[in-house]
Amino acid sequence: MRVTFTVNGEQREADDVWEGESLLYVLRERLGLPGSKNACEQGECGSCTVYLDDVPVCACLVAAGQVQGREVRTVEGLAGDDEQLDPVQEAFVAAGAVQCGFCTPGLLVAAHDLVRRNNQPSDAEIREALAGNLCRCTGYEKIMDAVRLAAARVTPSTEDSK
Amino acid sequence: MMDFLQPTSWSEALRIKSERPGAVPVAGGTDVMVELNFDHRRPEALLDLNRVAELAEWSEEDGRVRLGAGVPYARVITELGDELPGLAMASRTVGSPQIRNRGTVGGNLGAASPAGDSHPALLAADAVVEVASVRGTRMIPAAEFYTGVKRNALEPDELIAAIHLDVARGPQQFAKVGTRNAMVIAVCAFGLALHPEQQRVGTGIGSAAPTPRRASAAEEFLSGELTAAGLWSAPRPLTDSVRRRFGELVAQAASPIDDVRGSAAYRRHALAVLARRTLGWVWQDYCGGSWPACA
Repeated sequence: MRVTFTVNGEQREADDVWEGESLLYVLRERLGLPGSKNACEQGECGSCTVYLDDVPVCACLVAAGQVQGREVRTVEGLAGDDEQLDPVQEAFVAAGAVQCGFCTPGLLVAAHDLVRRNNQPSDAEIREALAGNLCRCTGYEKIMDAVRLAAARVTPSTEDSK
Repeated sequence: MMDFLQPTSWSEALRIKSERPGAVPVAGGTDVMVELNFDHRRPEALLDLNRVAELAEWSEEDGRVRLGAGVPYARVITELGDELPGLAMASRTVGSPQIRNRGTVGGNLGAASPAGDSHPALLAADAVVEVASVRGTRMIPAAEFYTGVKRNALEPDELIAAIHLDVARGPQQFAKVGTRNAMVIAVCAFGLALHPEQQRVGTGIGSAAPTPRRASAAEEFLSGELTAAGLWSAPRPLTDSVRRRFGELVAQAASPIDDVRGSAAYRRHALAVLARRTLGWVWQDYCGGSWPACA
């Protein structure tokens, strides 16, 4: 089947999509957007987190046909058109919150969603917001630093972008 | 080959389900997509319910909530915490933010896993499941809905429309044992609700029997004690022996197994602890006196 939907502000079309295929597969294998990572395929790890109609979801658990006509924003769509990184991405770089990097795209989307809703999150709120994203390298401390930094930088005036 | 069926109205969904009873309903996909990703299941068709707008709505009338089967957990938490506190608490323990944004109570009922987080809360609150087909509508009490391990009372042509629950008129609690605070399949879980106007106690046990189930003897024991001592209208602290006995009766109502998540003996022990603890919390809340039946 054919699936047409908006990805990072652009209308995209995927052909020959299998009916049981996930949104994650469509993004990575059919649309050339490998930022969302494929790891557990069961919603446990969060590395495929994307926005679906502005709500963070695991792309591996969304059936391709379910996104027909809807809007998806992936990690590739967080940076602005001028290649300027989003403040959350900058904070991850500044805080050294990346080791192997596999979990980073999902964490960026989850952290992006948190700081646009709450720019003064407590540590408990950060942990809760990132509870669906596993990182096996960092021990999360640098990630916590990055989110605190991002929240401090995201003032209401620069708050979300799109 | 698989078909992807995408009704845009409830009547269309029911018509498709009657014509294609083998079509597997999918809403949030948090169970169904896992089975597809791992090749555990190849249904002849997927029946996407995301376009059926009325499934994602809830309403309240005469002190009763009709919760559309497709309302995600995240909205149960943010929109219904006051009306359905037990279900909202259970919803907070589901998966992760991403899972709660997609997963639904209807999906939990459809999957009918004994470990589903919403079931103990639904049982304790006397929830009734509204199921429908082109033949008509049936109202099935939650306690009769679970018929076996991952089996429910649905006929092949039926879909889950909604869940009906009273707005809480007494305190409710939910507690769950797991290895961490997120992304946990319950080792065991317990839901408790006081129904002061009926002088009744509701319970639900999760992950400790082939199906979610009530602890009927524990309910009768506790409501009997509360009534006999006149505590519904003049609440006083409960004795240790009442709390202990309640925990024992809850544990006895379970029939757990040993599995990778925990042993049967641990589950029984933990259920007794959860039962005593949640009773302590609801009773403290009830003694606070903000409930109408409280003098």
